[in-house]
Amino acid sequence: MQTAASSAIEELKIRELLEKYPFVKDYFDAFGLDDYADYQEKTFCEYIEYLSEDFLEENGLEKGALLESITDLLDTMETEEQEDVNSITIYGGKDKFGNPENIKLNINKGEVVCIVGPTGSGKSRLLADIEWVAQKDTPTGRLVHINGDKPDKKWRFSIEHKLVAQLSQNMNFVMDLTVEEFVKMHAESRLVENPDIKVDEVFNLANELAGEPFERDTQITSLSGGQSRALMIADTAVLSKSPIVLIDEIENAGIDRQKALNLLVKKEKIVLMATHDPILALLGNKRLVIKNGGISKIIEVDDTERRLLPKLREIDNKLLEYRNRLRNGEILDGVN
Amino acid sequence: MKFLTVSGPPSSGKTSIILKVIDAFKERGMNVGVVKFDCLATDDDTLYEKKGVHVKKGLSGALCPDHYFVSNVEACFEWGKNLELDILISESAGLCNRCSPHIKDIMAICVIDNLSGVNTPKKVGPMLKSADVVVITKGDIVSQAEREVFASRVKNVNPKAMIINVNGVTGQGAFELSGFLFDSDEHETLKGKKLRFSMPSALCSYCLGETRIGEQYQMGNVRKMNS
Repeated sequence: MQTAASSAIEELKIRELLEKYPFVKDYFDAFGLDDYADYQEKTFCEYIEYLSEDFLEENGLEKGALLESITDLLDTMETEEQEDVNSITIYGGKDKFGNPENIKLNINKGEVVCIVGPTGSGKSRLLADIEWVAQKDTPTGRLVHINGDKPDKKWRFSIEHKLVAQLSQNMNFVMDLTVEEFVKMHAESRLVENPDIKVDEVFNLANELAGEPFERDTQITSLSGGQSRALMIADTAVLSKSPIVLIDEIENAGIDRQKALNLLVKKEKIVLMATHDPILALLGNKRLVIKNGGISKIIEVDDTERRLLPKLREIDNKLLEYRNRLRNGEILDGVN
Repeated sequence: MKFLTVSGPPSSGKTSIILKVIDAFKERGMNVGVVKFDCLATDDDTLYEKKGVHVKKGLSGALCPDHYFVSNVEACFEWGKNLELDILISESAGLCNRCSPHIKDIMAICVIDNLSGVNTPKKVGPMLKSADVVVITKGDIVSQAEREVFASRVKNVNPKAMIINVNGVTGQGAFELSGFLFDSDEHETLKGKKLRFSMPSALCSYCLGETRIGEQYQMGNVRKMNS
């Protein structure tokens, strides 16, 4: 079949190909095709004829396979279009004893839903069902709809359409890059129009969330726990395409948690948060109680519960104050 | 019988992923077997045995593990058929990143982990670039940004593959992966099938046991670095 991609590869010179599809540069780089610059005025098909047998064998490549993979790459990039996710709906399945969940849960963008339940109760399965857009084809038999409808297959199979971005306590940065280089790399891989503007935005937001500020040239691996979390949340809010953000606890150190949640809500994310922290739980709109692999209850957080918030914050701040005093080498007295 | 080749760099999580996928296959009532190829030693066979599946292990010892794989894979397939398995999974590490155990028409899976760094996808050869399914592991311990960049770089070198994140610890994603693999084709024999990619040729004096260093001891397929 003659697709737009295959005719582009047949007809366009490499120079034109790069102008139209800048990511093709990464493709050349990934396959070790370093000398493409010398063949700017040739088409891709002509160019690969210049590759020597030795070079191909050396790098584990074949001409036919190269042609096929660049065509596939352009094809998948061409069909990529954004579809806003305004809501997800979860129709209940059954718990691990086969009891029906009898629920229909609708979550709109900008909503924060907390998930509670002991370890092993089925939180991971629920999140997996959402991530995989379950169609009664997972062990729970749950059904997930997007925008009130049966979802397109792309939500399962295309990496550009990952429904869920995840942030958890165990996550770390592992690359040897500075904050700026790191965010820029993420922006570039997302092919955003003005990476530098996005980098500024992420950097500024992250610093608003972090208790202690950090610099653009700080190595990401040397950020503190709170700073890392702040950068991850700001980066996910601004640069991740995934409409749903899943958070597994936010520890209460070095990061303004309320601001972090507000940022995600402002960026119109659907926020799911596994937490047993009472303050975070009360900041949510709803709370799902997971038991024996099923959703056993949906609690709407109401004003009666929220009335506790100021008191909880007071306790929280007190603890924080003691912690800071310890850090500063002070003696804690029992009077105040 | 269905047959899957699973490959991936050492410690990328192949065994953990296969163990989780086996759980899902067993839920579907399938009779499962695993062949584990390794070099010097492996204890993974006992992990598989504990799952109650049929296991065969092959240690290549002094031979190139991938050459050892091709010379033995047909017999392993027959072994599985005699046991009347519904599905046989072969697990082998792609040790030099240049070889690939993937066979034409046979479902090929490459397991690669986020911790190996975002430049790894371009360093791994046909094992990754010609796989049908790329399973990315250890996503639970790196940042979302690194996961996204890693996945997009995998896609860059293998745009056609289905890319799926699976957590080898909690099993998140394994059920979904198993469903995809469940739909793979049945095969009668491996005889006459071809590798997706030729293996690197290595036939020099050192292959034949030479240990001395020096120009005069080097014979056969020897190549020098560019100066």
